[in-house]
Amino acid sequence: MPNLAFDTAHLLAGGLVLVSFVLLYQDRLTSLLNIYALHALVLALAVAWQADIQNAPHLYVTAALALGFKAIVIPVALRRIIERLGIHREIETVVGIGPTMLAGMALVALSMVVMLRVTAAAAPIAREDLAFALAVVLLGLLIMVTRRNAVSQVVGFMSLENGLILAATGAKGMPLVVEISVAFSVLIAFIVIGIFLFRIRERFDTVDLAALDQFRGERR
Amino acid sequence: MNDLVFVRVEWVILIPLGAAALLALLPGYRLTARLNVAAAFLTLIAALSLLFTPHPAAGTYLLVDDLNVVFIALNTFVGFTTSVFSASYVGHELETGRLTPTYLRFYHAMYQLLMCAMNVALVANNIGLMWVAIETATLTTILMVGIYRTHEALEAAWKYFILGSVGIALALFGTILVYVAAQPVIGEGLDAMVWTKLVAQAGKFDPALLNVAFIFLLLGYGTKVGLAPLHAWLPDAHAEGPTPISAVLSGLLLNVALYAVLRFKMLMAANVAAVAPGPLMVTMGLVSLIFGAFMLYRRRDIKRLFAYSSIEHMGIITFAFGMGGPLANFAGLLHMTMHSLTKSGIFFAVGHVAQAKGTQRIADIGGLTETHPWLGWSLVAGVVAIAGLPPLGIFMSEFLMVSSTFARAPLLAILLVLGLLIALGALFLRLNGLAFGEPRGHSHPVKASYGPLFAHLALVLAAGLYLPPQLVAWFQHVSQLLG
Repeated sequence: MPNLAFDTAHLLAGGLVLVSFVLLYQDRLTSLLNIYALHALVLALAVAWQADIQNAPHLYVTAALALGFKAIVIPVALRRIIERLGIHREIETVVGIGPTMLAGMALVALSMVVMLRVTAAAAPIAREDLAFALAVVLLGLLIMVTRRNAVSQVVGFMSLENGLILAATGAKGMPLVVEISVAFSVLIAFIVIGIFLFRIRERFDTVDLAALDQFRGERR
Repeated sequence: MNDLVFVRVEWVILIPLGAAALLALLPGYRLTARLNVAAAFLTLIAALSLLFTPHPAAGTYLLVDDLNVVFIALNTFVGFTTSVFSASYVGHELETGRLTPTYLRFYHAMYQLLMCAMNVALVANNIGLMWVAIETATLTTILMVGIYRTHEALEAAWKYFILGSVGIALALFGTILVYVAAQPVIGEGLDAMVWTKLVAQAGKFDPALLNVAFIFLLLGYGTKVGLAPLHAWLPDAHAEGPTPISAVLSGLLLNVALYAVLRFKMLMAANVAAVAPGPLMVTMGLVSLIFGAFMLYRRRDIKRLFAYSSIEHMGIITFAFGMGGPLANFAGLLHMTMHSLTKSGIFFAVGHVAQAKGTQRIADIGGLTETHPWLGWSLVAGVVAIAGLPPLGIFMSEFLMVSSTFARAPLLAILLVLGLLIALGALFLRLNGLAFGEPRGHSHPVKASYGPLFAHLALVLAAGLYLPPQLVAWFQHVSQLLG
């Protein structure tokens, strides 16, 4: 049933964009991490569905990675970190929720207009996937820009990576090399982030980047 | 025979990789610093052997052609000289206690891993592999920038991490789009990511998709090049990390990212209907040049000063490649080589100066030619070279660039000359205070290694006086390739 295949892929990719929006207005770290786990779960479903309809069993590996590593391990680890740091307070966002949501909508509209126009020749599934993926990437960027807290910036970056994986799996037959490397890069990136968070905590007892900003570009 | 040659390509990757593993395990400063130098030297030999053997046929993952051989030779040469400088530099850092032995071991392993990743990026024939390699190189430099663990170093590393990963993410999206464009023509699977096959078939790709892909790639890799609106990580990363890393960043990593942009520019040029990549690069290059030049005036930190100078010079090089045509490409290649040699040379000098004076503040450094004549005068020579005065190599490339631009687009040439002059003024203003006049600030003795510094300056001087005809012919050939 080609229609069901298309519709479900569409639904799951659209769902990822929707969860990105939910991430955008979370103002508590714990709920932000919960929603991120949901984000990774939706990604895992979308990738698994692509594996099924493309007859590409290697994509199940990517789906399993998204499920096990991103939806479970990372949120749990990050929750431990914030508990140990004792930061369950509200996230101060730079811009208010209203303008952020408006900017988010504008970005989604932009990615639809750009990607649907230029991919007229590509297969419909790849088209929709790419458009949604770009929307997720741009929303991830927006999250990173609007947050000051190191942990929530990392969450923004990880949601951005999820968008990239959605794009990579949507492109039919893209070599496994890339997917594995993407997964690995997330892993490495996370190790890096972990080190950074610990170092930052050791030095300043806070992971709020505003505390870092007292040093602004130029040594006096 | 073919197999033999192919094995040599892999040496460039395997030697640093093996050395990285070894250095991660071995303790002791003397041994590891020497091993680091030895590994870098072997890699250089392997790279030079590529110059003198016929190129092997392009594989699915690796490729050696006339373009990347230039980059590999330059990369491994500066990698080697920097490792020699690094040995004496980290020795001093250990004595003063800024680095502990554990961190030193980590530093050496990361240094070799960085060399490995840059070489992979240069020989990659697969755009996915190239992306992975550049990402790895970025991660290792982030770790090294934060190695001193001071307040400033951590902020610099964090800034670099955030901006670098955003750039790398955009580049991956661009890479995926290139694959999507190639897939209907080449078919699914690995072949649609192999660069040689992409270029051969690029004429049949969907031009609209390629356009969007190139914008993502230019912004993504452009972040790593340090082009103007995306440069914010660069000065902090240069100023706060260990000085050998500043030298490698400025001299090499920026080039590797630019190489990636050039590869995709060639892909764009192979498709007639796609938008010309030149004007985009010209604009970004000019903005970087003029912005960098103005920013030179208000710097108070000596390493930050030369970091902004790197932004300015990467702008010039991007401008030259954006103009295109044999003459401008020639000037761009020459300028890139000269800038790598000069800037890493300057950082060698600056590293020892900062150690001798115990500070990086320009206000606390003065009269270097009196207190440390060798260091002081080499710094003067380096700044004269980087400012583009005759008879040194950068003068040659800038002269070529300005004259070829005047012939084709006089208005752009005026902007180019303006940027160059503004930078020249700023550099001499600062140099005057640093090198001449009353000695200022503390002064400690320092065991400097002058070999790498003098080697770089000598090469820059030699290139300014006389370019061997073989080298000219080689560069001309590569310029033709670049279109």
